[in-house]
Formats: sequence, C-alpha cells, structure tokens
Amino acid sequence: MWKTIARRFLIMIPQLFVLSIFIFILAQFMPGDPFSGLITPQTDPNRIEELRELAGLNDPVYVQYWNWIVNMFQGDFGDSYTFKVSVASLIGDRGLNTLWLSLLSVFLVYLIAIPLGVIAGRYQNSLKDKTIVLYSFISYAIPTFVLGLIFVYVFGYKLQWFPTSGTKDVEEKAGTLGYYWSIIYHLLLPAITYAVLGTTAIIQYLRSEIIDAQLQDYVKTARSKGIPMKKVYSRHIFRNSLLPIAAFLGFTITGLLGGSFFIETIFGYPGMGKLFIDSIMARDYSVITTLIMLYGFLTLLGSLLSDIILSIVDPRIRIE
Amino acid sequence: MKTSEEVLANNLKSSNEILKINHLRTSFRIKDSYYDAVDDVSLSLKENEVLAIVGESGCGKSTLATSIVGLHNPLNTKVTGEILYNGSNIVKLKEDDLNKIRGNDIGFIFQDPLSALNPLMRIGDQIEESLFFHTKLDEQQRKKRVLELLDQVGIINPKRVARQFSHQLSGGMRQRVMIAIAIACKPKIMIADEPTTALDVTIQAQILDLLLDLQAETNAGIILITHDLGVVAEVADRVAVMYAGQIIEIASVQELFNNPKHPYTRSLLNSIPQVERESEKLEVIQGIVPTLTKLSKHGCRFSPRIPWIDESKHEKEPQLHEISPGHFVRCTCWKNFHFDGEKGGSHL
Amino acid sequence: MSSFMEVKDLCVHYPIRGGFFNTVIDHVYAVDGVSMEFEKGKTYGLVGESGSGKSTTGKAIIGLEKITSGKIIYEGEDVTHQRRKRDSAYNRDIQMIFQDSQSSMNPRKRVLDIIAEPIRNFMNMTVQEERKRIIELLEIVGMSEEAMYKYPHQFSGGQRQRLGIARAVACNPKMIIADEPVSALDLSVQAQVLNFMKDIQNEYGLSYLFISHDLGVVRHMCDHISIMYKGRFVETGSKNEIFKDPRHIYTKRLLSAIPNIAPESRLERKHKRRQVEVDYKKEQHKYYDEDGKVYPLSSVSSNHSVAIGSIEKGGYESVENNS
Repeated sequence: MWKTIARRFLIMIPQLFVLSIFIFILAQFMPGDPFSGLITPQTDPNRIEELRELAGLNDPVYVQYWNWIVNMFQGDFGDSYTFKVSVASLIGDRGLNTLWLSLLSVFLVYLIAIPLGVIAGRYQNSLKDKTIVLYSFISYAIPTFVLGLIFVYVFGYKLQWFPTSGTKDVEEKAGTLGYYWSIIYHLLLPAITYAVLGTTAIIQYLRSEIIDAQLQDYVKTARSKGIPMKKVYSRHIFRNSLLPIAAFLGFTITGLLGGSFFIETIFGYPGMGKLFIDSIMARDYSVITTLIMLYGFLTLLGSLLSDIILSIVDPRIRIE
Repeated sequence: MKTSEEVLANNLKSSNEILKINHLRTSFRIKDSYYDAVDDVSLSLKENEVLAIVGESGCGKSTLATSIVGLHNPLNTKVTGEILYNGSNIVKLKEDDLNKIRGNDIGFIFQDPLSALNPLMRIGDQIEESLFFHTKLDEQQRKKRVLELLDQVGIINPKRVARQFSHQLSGGMRQRVMIAIAIACKPKIMIADEPTTALDVTIQAQILDLLLDLQAETNAGIILITHDLGVVAEVADRVAVMYAGQIIEIASVQELFNNPKHPYTRSLLNSIPQVERESEKLEVIQGIVPTLTKLSKHGCRFSPRIPWIDESKHEKEPQLHEISPGHFVRCTCWKNFHFDGEKGGSHL
Repeated sequence: MSSFMEVKDLCVHYPIRGGFFNTVIDHVYAVDGVSMEFEKGKTYGLVGESGSGKSTTGKAIIGLEKITSGKIIYEGEDVTHQRRKRDSAYNRDIQMIFQDSQSSMNPRKRVLDIIAEPIRNFMNMTVQEERKRIIELLEIVGMSEEAMYKYPHQFSGGQRQRLGIARAVACNPKMIIADEPVSALDLSVQAQVLNFMKDIQNEYGLSYLFISHDLGVVRHMCDHISIMYKGRFVETGSKNEIFKDPRHIYTKRLLSAIPNIAPESRLERKHKRRQVEVDYKKEQHKYYDEDGKVYPLSSVSSNHSVAIGSIEKGGYESVENNS
C-alpha cells in the first residue's frame, strides 16, 4: 500500500508540472497586469515601467516561469497586489475560515442526507419517499444566493437570531469559550444554507443504492437466515449502499478548502471562494496561480484519498 | 443388485412427512392484475428425502422454492394455500414467527454463491449470523461452531477461510460456504435452488455428494430445484416436473426416468443428448413456454405445443391422476401421445 | 482428407503488472501452446472448465484476442496478421457464434441490418440480391420473412441464437467458431439449436469449432475432442478415443463427473467417481511437471494424443493397472 501511495505521489509531479505550464500561459494571456490598474493621468509612465522591471515582468517568459516555480518550491508564492500581504498568509487565513465553514456544512449535509436517503430507499414509493424526493429536487433547483438572501433576511435581519456577516465577535477574547462559540455562531447560518441545498446528490445516490441493494442475492440470503428486516438493513444493506459515497469521500475532504463564492459573499464571510473570484476580478496573478495550483494538487490528492478510503471499506479493492 | 437395495432403502427412510404443501398459489402483480406463477401446487416432503423439482425457465420452480420461506415482496405478491410445517401454516405466519423458522428449520442454498454472499462481510461472520439469531451460544461457542461447520463442508483451512471475504474463494468453496450457512442450525429442511448451475462439472459432483453426505448425518429433507435432469437422476428420490406453474408429473426417480408418461416429460428426456442416440436428431418441443400474462387458465397447458394430438384427447380441466402408486400425471393426453411423425396410440 | 486450416502453437499471454514502476512482472498463460488442424465438414470440440482458456483460444483464432506467438495457416497461407483486415478471405470464411446472442447484436438495429452486416462487408450485392439472401437465410434457420423488420429483443433466446447462426452463415463460411452456443438455453430450445447446427453442417459442409463445458452436448456434436486445462491440451483425439479410452487423469476425472440420466446405476457411478478422485489426489503429480503445467502432447495412436511426460509414461501404465 505504501508503495502505491509513494508511486501516486511521484506521478503527481509531472501532472502538476503540466498544470503549472498551463496556468502560467493562461496568466500571460490575461490582458493587462497588476500595474495597469494603478495608471492614472498623474502617474509617471517611467515609474510604472520601473515597477514592472522591478517585479520581473520584463524578463523573458521562461525566466519568469523559472523564478515562479523556484519561489513556489521555497514556499514563497509572492505577494497579493490587492491585499498587500504574502499569498501564503492570505490563503492561510482564508483557508482556515473556509475549512471551518466547510467542515460544519459537510457534517450537516451528511446529518440530513443519510437518514433521508435511507428512509426514501427503504420505503420506496411511499409518501415519505415521495416527500423526500420532492425536497431533494426543490433544493436542487433553488439557487444558493436566493435561499441565502432569504435566510439572511428572515433569520438575520427580521428575527435577529444570527449575525449576518463576519467570522467572529471582535469583542470576545481569543481562547475563551465565548470566542469559540462566537466562531461557531457565525458559521451556523451559512452552513445551514449550504447543507439544506447540498443534500440532493447524497440522498439520490443513497436512495438508489438502497433500492438496488434490497434486490441483491445476499439480502435474500440474509433474509433466508431468519434475520429480522431491521437487522438486514443495518448489517447488510446500509453498509453496502454507502460504498459509492465512501468512494467520493476523498474528494469531499480535499474539497473542503474550495469554498463557495455565493455563500461567502452573501454572509460576508471571508473565505476561499470569495478570494478566488475577487482576485480574478483584480487580476491578482500570484493569488490566482497559487490557488489554481493548490486546487489542482488537492484534486489529485482527493482521488488518491478516495482510493485509499475505498480500499479500506471494500475488501474487494486492494491497493498494493 | 444395488438398484433394489437403493429402492428398499428409500422406502425405509421415507416415512415421516415433515412438510406438506396444499393448493399453493403464488401470484405476482403485473400492471394491476395478479398472475399465478405457481398455480395450485400440492406436494409433500419426507424426512431424509431428496425431492427434485424440474422444469425449464419460467415454469415457476424457483418461485415455489422462495414461497416456502416467504421471501417474496408482499407488496406485489399474493400467496394463498397451505404450507404446513410442524403444525403451523407458514403462509399465515407473521414475519417474526417466520424468522424463527427461516435459517433455523429451513436452510436455503442459492444458485450463484458469489452474489449470494455479502462481499463486505467476512465469511465467518456470515455463518455466525445464523447462530446469533437462532441459538443461545455465546460468542466463543459460536466462533468454534463456525469452524466446525466449515470443516464439515470440506473446507481445508477453516480458520483462514473464516477470516476471508467471498471474492477470495473459488466458486466451489463459495458454494460450500453457502451450504455451511444453510446447515448452521441443523435444519429439518434444506431448499437448494439450482445449487450447482454456476459450477464446473467436477465441482458440481463434489457439491452434490456433500449435500447427500450431510443429509445422511442430519436426516434433513431436501428440496432440489434444478433444470438439469442429469443432476436429478444422480441425487433425487422423487421428482416433480413443473410446466407453466403446475406440476404435470410426479414420481419416484426410477419411475420417472424409466417410465415417463406426460408428453412434456417425455419430450424433455428425448431432447437430452445421449450416448445411445448419438447420431439421432434431438427432440424439439414446438413453440415456447407461455409467458405469465399470456397463459390460458383453461384446458391442458401443454396442448399448444403438441398440436398434432387431437383436442378431444385432453381433459377439459386437467387434474393429477395417480396412475400407479406414487406416480401422478396431469391430464389424460399422455394416453394417446406420440411424438410428431411417429405412429399414434403406441402408449395405450 | 487433408486440413484446410491449421493452428500452430498458439499462445495468448496477458502481462501482469506490478512493482513500484508498474512493470510487467509475470504473465497469465491463458493459452499456452495449442495446435489444431481442421478438416472440412467436421466438428471439433474444445472442452474445459472455467478459466481453462477455451474461449480465449476461439477468440484468438477469429482475431478478437491478440496472439502472443504462434501461427494460423488458412489454405496454405499464413493469416496470423491478417485476421483483422476487413476484407480478407479469412475474415469472410471464419465466423463466430456467441453464448449470449443478445449482447452480440446491436439492440437498435433491425434483424435485416444485423444479418446484412457481413453481406455488406464481404459481398457485392444489390439491395434486391441482399434482400433475397436474407430471406433465404431466415428460411434456413426456420424463421419467416417478417422477422426481418423486428428488433433482437422481440425474439426468444432460442430464436436469437438462430439469428446468430443466420448471421454467421450469411457469407457461406468454411468454419464457424461456436463459443458455448447453447449454454444459456433451456433444454428443448438447446435441442433445436443443436439440430439446426447439424443440418446446416450437412448441407453446406461447414466445420465447427465447438467450445463448451457440457460434455454431453460435445459428445453429441463433435467428431474430435480436445480437453483443455490451464491453457494447454491435456488430451486430444477422436470422440470415441476420448470417451472410451481416456488416458489423462484429468480427462478421467472430468468424464466421471458428468451426470447421467440413468438413476439405477448412480451408486456405481458414485463409487467410480470417488475412486477416480482418490487416484487423482494420489497420482496427480505424475501428470503435471514441477510447475504444475501440463506436459506437451505425445501421441498414443493416429488420432489420439495425451499430455504425459516421456519418463512418466511408465508411471502412467502402473496407474492403469491399479484401477
């Protein structure tokens, strides 16, 4: 197993290399540069040129690429032109925010989707099933920002149950219980919004897997052993139906850092999704390229993680 | 000499009826109407007996088998009639009471052991499950019993196999494991639904021998569902032939193979490639088995497939008639039956 | 009569990959040195248990599997590398019938187009000629003209298998490779398909390579039988030689396991089967080399060869005397 994992990491190197070239070329094609936004009638063109020279933007393309790669390996992803801080610390801050939000969201998604999927599959075509399927379709059809705005209006503005922006209460002291509670408190509304809308795939998957599993021969065997139906579900059907979801878990875990632009924007929550879109708008190269490289790496890592998880839960799949 | 010995032995051993099926009817719902897949079947099974149920696909033999343990979905299946076991009618039992019989008094063996075993559960755990629900053994005793069972079904290294998963075993080993599950609680009845169809012939022979050996130890009655008349001839004591949901002939195994009466039985036997008739043409049965929805409920169900036999030779509402002790044949058409092209009346 | 086609030392090996760099570390010897000769109008049985390589052999001959080494000679010409050329005579003359006729037919095509496919590939026919030919073919397999406009799923298993035969004989082939053609069929339908195959053979002088695990069916159909195990032949010979005078322990064991529809003699068969099983356990090592592989064939008589190592022949005799 360790061998395979090591090999998969080795294979990632050329994959990431190709990705880096693509990103670099795309960045080159983007119109303008960080300084074009600074130009006003008052700026001295020579000063701009000087800045360009200083930033290395006048070097030959391959030299720029090389410097970028070398710096990246040293952990230096450059500075954000818009936020005036190093990209590493920027992504560190935002990433942590997003991580908390995603963890809570994904937890809520599973908490809602798994029981609903199981009930829908077990009582197929019943009223319960039809209600759940209806919910999952409606939630699939509602755009995030619509529900987000409704929730902000109702729970944040009208009822004042939840804060409507930020990540924590500035008055609480770091390290106190109140401080952590305020973090969770700020997370709740965006996480609930995400969870209510993000359950469709898991409900549908689980429902159809359970319906399939019920018809499998091993379920017949289990029933012919005289096992009560409840136990047949918990011991035989449920676990086997979770396989496809387990297969996706790796991507879900690495996807935790992705963030959601809409949720973060609506709830004024500074996270990765918003950072990504904002930096594209601002042509903040170093942030964009770093984020894409990071997402590329996470996707590859996610597929490896998924394979490892699957090999743990499904004895038929062994990676050597 | 061995033949008569065997017959004698059969008569001796088959005395106690352990299962009695009366007028069993299993109907499936297809587009809001019910169709009878098993149509008024009456049978009995004795202790230590192998009762084979043969027929081609779609004749209702597997439905019959699963009806006995009530494995059908009650939402689209109707079962009526009586299945008498140990003084109670299985058809009328509640799910909880049925569960006390399933796996405990009646063991079930399925056709394809690969799909019939849970791929995610260790072999040992799958056998132990039966013991957990039906016996008072504690965990250690159960584990010990699992190893005994694996040993009993001829698995060389029980300790290792108990820890393995089904995909790690060969087809023959898997079927042995299925048998171990079926016999875990020493059932009085074993139902084997095409237990060797998915296996190679040498493995098939081993599995059939194993079933008979286990029967000799436990005195269980076996209902063997199969389409393979060769397998029937090798292991059965009594044979019921099914066609279109009905039993059309039932007899002891010698009687059925040496003195078959119903046109369907005779045609089936003649369609088997045999050494004695190597160069001859095989018997072909005209037409096809009627599908459930197109089945005519009146008259002899086999008559459309022997159109050269005059309609008047069939009974209006064909019944099973006992033509010699223990030999039942449905309809009267067998008396005047001859193969297409042959001269008629030879069997009168 | 001499053969029109020959398979020489056919091998199909699949690489097994592994290790850190996923390199080839070993091979699966699916087919490992198989030789056959085919004469006109004869049926050749290829028997073996699952995983013996019998299907792979059939597929390799027709070109559905890549051949690792060995030759296929058709009418004096080496056709090993032409098997996939669209318009070669070999491709037209050698056809195949599959076990699962349903999946070997495009469900969205009508019978007309399914049967016409080889005709359009290999013969220059006008639309009228093609139509006439298809009606003729349907007649040969006992089906009416209307069948042309139906789809495969509208037929029963036996009928579809007959359509498969119609497609295979469309271009007057010299040989048909039939891979378990009746295994999925009910007994009475199986009889019908087997009868058809024999009729067509008598009429057109076809040869069959009949691949099956069912020894009863093989005995009914074949003139010559080869028993395969682990990619090699353990025994090959005329039907009578194989059934009356099996030499290899593997063949004996296989034959003793076949169920027979004579219930009165079943105890005898059981005793014999147990005896063979005991012999098999005891003598097995003499029949395979150190790696558990089957020995090369050596001939017993003009139409019977068996895979016994030259030194072990003595051992084999003694087994014969014991039993």
